[in-house]
Amino acid sequence: MNKKLNKAIRKSAKQMINLLPIFIGIIFLIGLINKLIPTSAYALIFTKNPFFDSIIGAILGSILAGNPVTSYILGGEFAEQGISLVAVTSFMIAWVTVGVIQFPAESAILGKKFAFARNILSFVFSIISAIIIVSIVGTI
Amino acid sequence: MNKKINAWAFLAVVIAIYTIAGIFRSDAIMPSIRFSFNLIIKILPVFILVFAFMAGFEYFISEEKIKKHLDASSGTKRWIIAIGAGILSSGPIYMWYPLLGTLKKKGVGFGLIATFIYSRAIKLPLLPIMIYYFGIKYTIVLTVVLIVMSIVQGKIIEKIKF
Repeated sequence: MNKKLNKAIRKSAKQMINLLPIFIGIIFLIGLINKLIPTSAYALIFTKNPFFDSIIGAILGSILAGNPVTSYILGGEFAEQGISLVAVTSFMIAWVTVGVIQFPAESAILGKKFAFARNILSFVFSIISAIIIVSIVGTI
Repeated sequence: MNKKINAWAFLAVVIAIYTIAGIFRSDAIMPSIRFSFNLIIKILPVFILVFAFMAGFEYFISEEKIKKHLDASSGTKRWIIAIGAGILSSGPIYMWYPLLGTLKKKGVGFGLIATFIYSRAIKLPLLPIMIYYFGIKYTIVLTVVLIVMSIVQGKIIEKIKF
C-alpha cells in the first residue's frame, strides 16, 4: 500500500481509537439520562420560546467542550427528546465555535482582545445562525 | 497522552455514575444499557463512513498546503482559501493556534484568522452523522449559513482595532 495512504489510515484510526472512550461514555450517559430523566424535565430548562431557547442552547454549547461529533449525537438525542431545533442548533454551533476552555491558549497566541471579541461574536452568531437556519429549514 | 487519560477517565466516571444510579434505581440500568447498545448499533455504519472521510482528508490535505495557499494568495481568493482551509482542517483547534500565530506575524489579518476558525465549525467528515440525525436539507442549510457567517464574522473582526 502507498506509504502516505498507510500513514493517513493509521493516523485516522488512532484518532478514532482515542475518541472511542468518549463516544462510548457519551452514548451510555445518553442511555441513562434517557431512562432516568422524563422528557417533561427538559421543559424546566427550555422555555419553548425560540429566542430564549437558542440562548440557553448557546450557553450550554459554550460551556461544554469536546469533539464536534459528540455535539451532533447529543443534539440529535436532545431533538428526539422534544427540545426545539433552534436550541439544538445554537447548542451545536456554539459547541464548535465558542472556545471557553481553549480561551487561554487562543489569547496567549493571538491576543486577549482578539480571543475575547471572536468568542463573544461566535456566541452571538450561534444564536443568530440557529434562528436563520431553522427559519429557512421550516420554509423550504 | 493527557487527552488519552482524560478520555478513559471520562468513561470511568460514566461507569461510576451507572454504579451510583444502580444503587438508587436498579430498574433503570438494564434498559439504559440496552438503549445505549441499540444506539451504538444504529450509528456504527455512520462511524465507518466518518473514518473513511477522515483518512481521505488526512491523505489529501496537509498543514503545509494550507499554510502555503493562505500565505501566498490575495483579495477575495484569500477569503475563499481561509474558508476552505477552515473546513478541511482537522484535529483540535489548539493544534492550529501556532500556525495561525505564525500567519499573523507574516501579515495575515485577524479577519481571515477569525473566518478560518469559524469555518472549522463545518466538519465534512462528520456530515454523515449530522445527516443521520437532522436530514440532508438541514445539513445543507446549516453548512451554507455557517460559511456566510464565517465571512461576516471575519469582516467584523477586520474592522476592530486590536
